[in-house]
Amino acid sequence: MGRAYIGISPAFPDAAREALGDTQLRANLARATGTIRAKRANVVAEKADWEALRTTAHARKMQVLRDLPQLLEQFERNATAAGAVVHWAPDAATATRIVADIAKGKGVDSIVKVKSLATDEIGLNEALHAEGIEAKETDLAELIVQLAGDHPSHILVPAIHKNRNQIRDLFIAELPEAAADLSNEPRDLAMTARAHLRERFLDARMAVSGANFAIAETGSLVVVESEGNGRMCLTLPETLVTVVGIEKLLPSFDDLGVFMQVLPRSSTGERMNPYTTVWTGVTPGDGPQEVHIVLLDNGRVRTLADEDGREALKCIRCSACMNVCPVYERTGGHAYGSVYPGPIGAILTPQLQGPPHAQTLPFASTLCGACYDVCPVKINIPEILVHLRAKVHETHTSTIERSGFRAIAWILADGARIRAVQRFGVLLAPASKLPNLLSLPVLRGWTASRRSPSWARTSFRQWWESR
Amino acid sequence: MSTRDDILRRIRAALQVAPVVPDDAPIIRSLGSDIDIVAMMVDRLEDYRAIVVRAEGDISRAIGHAMHEQGIARAVVDPLLDRMLRPEGVELVEDSGLSARELDGIPAAITTAAVAIAETGTIVLTHEAGQGRRAISLVPDVHLCLLRREQIVGTVPEAMAAIGTPRISTWISGPSATSDIELSRVEGVHGPRTLIVVLI
Repeated sequence: MGRAYIGISPAFPDAAREALGDTQLRANLARATGTIRAKRANVVAEKADWEALRTTAHARKMQVLRDLPQLLEQFERNATAAGAVVHWAPDAATATRIVADIAKGKGVDSIVKVKSLATDEIGLNEALHAEGIEAKETDLAELIVQLAGDHPSHILVPAIHKNRNQIRDLFIAELPEAAADLSNEPRDLAMTARAHLRERFLDARMAVSGANFAIAETGSLVVVESEGNGRMCLTLPETLVTVVGIEKLLPSFDDLGVFMQVLPRSSTGERMNPYTTVWTGVTPGDGPQEVHIVLLDNGRVRTLADEDGREALKCIRCSACMNVCPVYERTGGHAYGSVYPGPIGAILTPQLQGPPHAQTLPFASTLCGACYDVCPVKINIPEILVHLRAKVHETHTSTIERSGFRAIAWILADGARIRAVQRFGVLLAPASKLPNLLSLPVLRGWTASRRSPSWARTSFRQWWESR
Repeated sequence: MSTRDDILRRIRAALQVAPVVPDDAPIIRSLGSDIDIVAMMVDRLEDYRAIVVRAEGDISRAIGHAMHEQGIARAVVDPLLDRMLRPEGVELVEDSGLSARELDGIPAAITTAAVAIAETGTIVLTHEAGQGRRAISLVPDVHLCLLRREQIVGTVPEAMAAIGTPRISTWISGPSATSDIELSRVEGVHGPRTLIVVLI
């Protein structure tokens, strides 16, 4: 059973320190992010209109935010007309309740799942488990993570923190289909998972998925994937439930033509992903004959109300920002303590969840801006990070810090005051030789990785005047 | 107030200051006429490790030959698959709503397609006559897709324009694949492990 990030996981600085000590993890991450980065750069370079595609994708998503109420109503109307049942969930508890009730109504005690961040976000597997319903992950990496009782560490390659030997040992221990002498070759491991899951697919009566896009014009849903486990889940069972964030809408079917050009290239660095499934309600004689859609808020409306932070809702979950982030590359995904790691997680998690991560995650960045450059929908992540940092300070600045800054402002406002302070500082210069005064325990957060500057014996002003 | 109405009301309240929507930028909708899109389609398919067969002359003999090369003697087809497109020397099972288990016992499926995209090597099925239900091109281990050369377009936007707004569609770019273990690519996971595209 995979564990959801429910309750309080360690704050980023503590979790990051621990992750940095794991050399195997750092090697895996450096290799993975480097490889995907290079693949992405190649296929993006092929597109002469890449910047125009980004601009258009950004415009379309801004339109979705602006017109969200009408688009949701339009989507609901069209999906319902096509035979789907549309549910609305303000929070995780309601969403998991809806899914559990559908399963119970069908008398189902196990379901198959397509990799979905939305269902990870609401802790669906754990909630179903508590109701006696087993949720089986079918994406290879999600299966590995689930068998290990672990968390995903990357939204695209969730098991990137595990190497082939660890996966082989896990399969031998957990899967009846695994031979005792199973090799560590990725092909053999993948074939073992194929054999294990095929029986599940053929017998499954109910599947749960997320969706990459929901199209208002037609009421259609879209799932983008690679392995075919998505197609299996979306096609074979008699009942299908899709949990989709309200921000996942696209206005028209034609818009899919823009997003299907930017998503695979940004995500896996492929011209196109192996499989994409588009479905609209129920199609008689083809696929699930009972189709449910759960429209999920869970903090999204609150995020939408923040004029500076709302653009985080444009995210299409490609993971390009993770692969270029110098912080993510070193700490990995677990340190972010959330389903959404990396730069996008640093702006999405604080807004969707609020405290406690809101206090530390906005600082998990160097503000280098590489994430903004690669974002296919042009989310200005650094700007939102700075905005969220400012919000932390509005609520959490200490009186000492505030009066300190007020004093500095008073000094810097007047040349004579600056001169006086500098003179005083020069007198203190010999004190630099003493043990570092700034290493006082109260200042350690700042000074642990920095040296305090020593005062010059002559200030610049004195030097300039004496020339 | 219902949950639905409450969510919609809160969204409207959150949007009191409306987001500014910028203009679209002009994207490329078609490739230049000097580009050989059939050659590009073949190049992309082979890049995905799909098998490409160019059928010359007798189509049904060419398809039969391609099936035999893969050692396949039996395949499922849509009942409405054109007689002219049925291979010689292969036992065909017409899909009559076969169960997933029954499909699992058939080694291959033969379908047509709605459109293909050269730039990305993608075949799009809208599951109309000849293309079969979604399950038939999913469960059997080999998918042989018949593609008429004139069905190939250059770009994704052209394909979107060609298909309109189908109720269901499946976009296929090569055999199923995973890179989940140490990013090492393995072709063929849950979907068909072999994709054969016959150009007619």
